Amino acid sequence: MKHNRGITLVLILLAAFILAALAAPALAPFDPLRQSLLLRLKPPGSLVGTRQFLLGTDDLGRDLLSRVLYGARISLLVATTAVAVSLVVGITLGLIAGWFRGWTATLIMRLVDTMLSIPAILLAILTVAVLGPGFLNLVIVLGLTRWPRYTRVAYGQTLQIANLPYIRAAEMAGASTTRILWRHILPNIAGPMMVVATSEFGLMILFEAGLSFLGLGIQPPNPSWGAIMAAGRQYVERAWWLTVFPGACLFTLVVCVNLTGDWLRDKVDPRSR
Amino acid sequence: MGQLSSHLASRLGQALLASFGVLTIVFFIMRLSGDPTLLLVPEGATVEQINQLRHQLGFDRPLGLQFLSYLGDLARFDLGQSLVQRAPVLGIVAERIPYTVALAAGALVVALGIGIPAGIAMALWRGSLLERALSGFVLAGQSLPTFWSGILLILLFGVTLGWLPTSGADSLSALVMPSIALGAVTMSSFARMTRIAVLDELQSSYVTAARARGQSRLQAVRRHVLRNAAIPVVTIAALEVGNLLAGAVIVESVFAWPGIGQLAIQSIQSRDFLVVQAVVLFVSLVYVLTNLAADLAYAAIDPRIRAAR
Repeated sequence: MKHNRGITLVLILLAAFILAALAAPALAPFDPLRQSLLLRLKPPGSLVGTRQFLLGTDDLGRDLLSRVLYGARISLLVATTAVAVSLVVGITLGLIAGWFRGWTATLIMRLVDTMLSIPAILLAILTVAVLGPGFLNLVIVLGLTRWPRYTRVAYGQTLQIANLPYIRAAEMAGASTTRILWRHILPNIAGPMMVVATSEFGLMILFEAGLSFLGLGIQPPNPSWGAIMAAGRQYVERAWWLTVFPGACLFTLVVCVNLTGDWLRDKVDPRSR
Repeated sequence: MGQLSSHLASRLGQALLASFGVLTIVFFIMRLSGDPTLLLVPEGATVEQINQLRHQLGFDRPLGLQFLSYLGDLARFDLGQSLVQRAPVLGIVAERIPYTVALAAGALVVALGIGIPAGIAMALWRGSLLERALSGFVLAGQSLPTFWSGILLILLFGVTLGWLPTSGADSLSALVMPSIALGAVTMSSFARMTRIAVLDELQSSYVTAARARGQSRLQAVRRHVLRNAAIPVVTIAALEVGNLLAGAVIVESVFAWPGIGQLAIQSIQSRDFLVVQAVVLFVSLVYVLTNLAADLAYAAIDPRIRAAR
């Protein structure tokens, strides 16, 4: 029970990130894309005329606070879309494999094993390199490379449920396969799938930032945390704020997501504690 | 013995299948954009140059034929010619491998050296303040993006204190920070795994027996528990080698460490895709091999696994 206070704080923080992302246009003090050579690399708290730059400015004189706020938007948007795409693909294949078994399952699960035997970040790097960077390609790449974990869990869960009496009963009552999978199996595997999705969500946030850091994700001038830090790496000796602030946001967000995932897992499967 | 060799054979078969799968997936990813020739030509090439190159590289042949000749080339360790560097890809990649291996080894030392003692301590002093502090540390390690922790290390030890070089590979001291940054995530999984393994073993009857014979808890741990708890830890050690190689891609970029990860990113920028392909193939195959090694080591150390299959 002492767990509860901790998780409340985590959920509040998480909500704060989401709110900040949604309300970025209202909260940001300046246009995140407006450059000014006169305002380059101002340290945090700098007051120039009537304008104050709480987190300082970057190498092109843009307000860092505004960029970090808009960065939260990109981070959450990419992660949400990527998780949605891979979740749909992964669950569908997992349900199919678990329901039909036989060679269908062998084929799908072999593909799962193979995909999982290529290190995820390399798979993503190669695919982005071939397709080219940018928001849409990033989502496509993450969606298409990250489904196997969902499939593996959905497959195992479906296998367990498929032989239960109520499923057999539905089958005998003449329910179609689609109906059984959608109405009877899916709701019963939703818990474990949520757990996988949460842990993938944290990973996707890291992947987006990592790929953008390498110059393969969100392209400048768009304010991705990873891209801001890549620029900051070049000015690390003169402008620590460019890497410290976006990194701290990234780290806090991922920790919150991971803690939420652990909490969800304990709720869904009390044995795993 | 029969069981062991059939286990070996089936795992070997799986590894071969996985390797073939990796080669196939990489082949198709390279063709995702429709025409791989366009990935390889320098910018501003004329249509004739592109057509000539397409023919020269065989990309105008049917896909099946391309795939067969791709497999044939790989079987002869022919990874093609880099059109940018005008040298065999194999040599370009091989040159960088020692750097990445050194980095992964350094990271493994950091991960084992901190992760295992931390895991043991967390299991032995369960519920203590120490455990809570350590589990916070472990959680942090697992959520830290390496490119951020890397830069923080550079800020602290490179820029502020000036103890260590901020980039490059000119001295052994340049290896310290990248190893810590890369090793942090692995350290966390070692700590978690060790904790669980030691906790499991602590509950077993042989520990109770040892305690009944008058051994102290620490003695029982040292003499019996650690040996048994080592089994799952050895397994993940092998698995983590593959993860370290993959993680090196980002860490090398942060520290300008001249390994295969930096090579891959540089090659993407200079549109040298055969080199990128070679790096991905290399790391993935090592990954498959370490998975195989982990599984075999597991079976060799623990007879129960063999019997169970």
